[in-house]
Amino acid sequence: MTGAPPEMLTELQLDALTELVNIGVSRAATSLREMVGAQVHLSVPTVSLETRAGAIAILGERETSNLVAVHQVFEGDITGRALLIFPETKSLELVRAITGGDLPLEDIIELEQEALAETGNILLNSCLATIANMLHRSLKMSLPEVLRGNAATFFSLAPPPQAGDIVLFLFINFAVRERDISGYIAMIMDLPSLTALVHLLDEFIERATGDGIPSEHDRA
Amino acid sequence: MPYTLLIVDDSKLARMAATKALKILRPDWTRVEATNADEAVSLAKDTAFDVALLDFNMPGRDGLQLAADLLAIRPSTPLAIVSANNQAEIVARAKDIGAVFLMKPLNEQSLGAFLENAVQRLEQGRA
Repeated sequence: MTGAPPEMLTELQLDALTELVNIGVSRAATSLREMVGAQVHLSVPTVSLETRAGAIAILGERETSNLVAVHQVFEGDITGRALLIFPETKSLELVRAITGGDLPLEDIIELEQEALAETGNILLNSCLATIANMLHRSLKMSLPEVLRGNAATFFSLAPPPQAGDIVLFLFINFAVRERDISGYIAMIMDLPSLTALVHLLDEFIERATGDGIPSEHDRA
Repeated sequence: MPYTLLIVDDSKLARMAATKALKILRPDWTRVEATNADEAVSLAKDTAFDVALLDFNMPGRDGLQLAADLLAIRPSTPLAIVSANNQAEIVARAKDIGAVFLMKPLNEQSLGAFLENAVQRLEQGRA
């Protein structure tokens, strides 16, 4: 993990966060299934915490083509940006999967923006709402916005972020109608928001398990 | 009578939450845990359990594939598939193999109803 700040989360905190995201993504799959009319297959998301530079390096290394992202800002106890990122080539696949694949190319191109925004909205809202609800907090979310560019553009949106920003990086793979669409969900937070998140995760772990805060031995 | 519950989930937190609920609902039961399908199958071959809670979305084989394997080893074991992913196809597949579908996050009420039903099935099986 390039430049990861491992000391920020214990093993159990990261496990809890992964489980929250897993529940959020699973709920999104149910909503997407309604939208698409066919089963949506999901992989188990992998979650890691990265520095901004680390996240740019990982994404830049894994995805060399142009990228497209659906972007939403969230505000509350935890403030930041959420992005659903795909390679641009997968974005038309996504539209074909959603529409059933029998539309002419010009219609697909016309629908692309809208389908992306809607899919992003469902996935990001489901993840953020699940995290917010299970942490007993509310988050205000902006409307989705479709962006094109690369890892550096997505992780450096105006206003300029603080140097210490942390990226919560999730990789998921989903397939609809035999079309494989893999994408990333990134949540960019500043250090105070991450500190607040860690505190809320501890409260959540305590409620879920009835145990106290885990010991130093659990620290990853 | 006390039984043994098998909990299979890749998330430690989810296993801890299920354990907490079990302690409240059935304090005299024992539990065994596995973190994935392969571990659960090898455990099932030499450890006795009566009822199982299986997470659906796990790395490797999913909870439904695991359920089929467990039923091949111990037919008529009461099983529940646990997931937030309640797409019609998944719920239907769970029903087809005779498993109960429980929503994640697991709540005491639905787990309690499942365990109650499992106990009835186990006691009928003994009679």
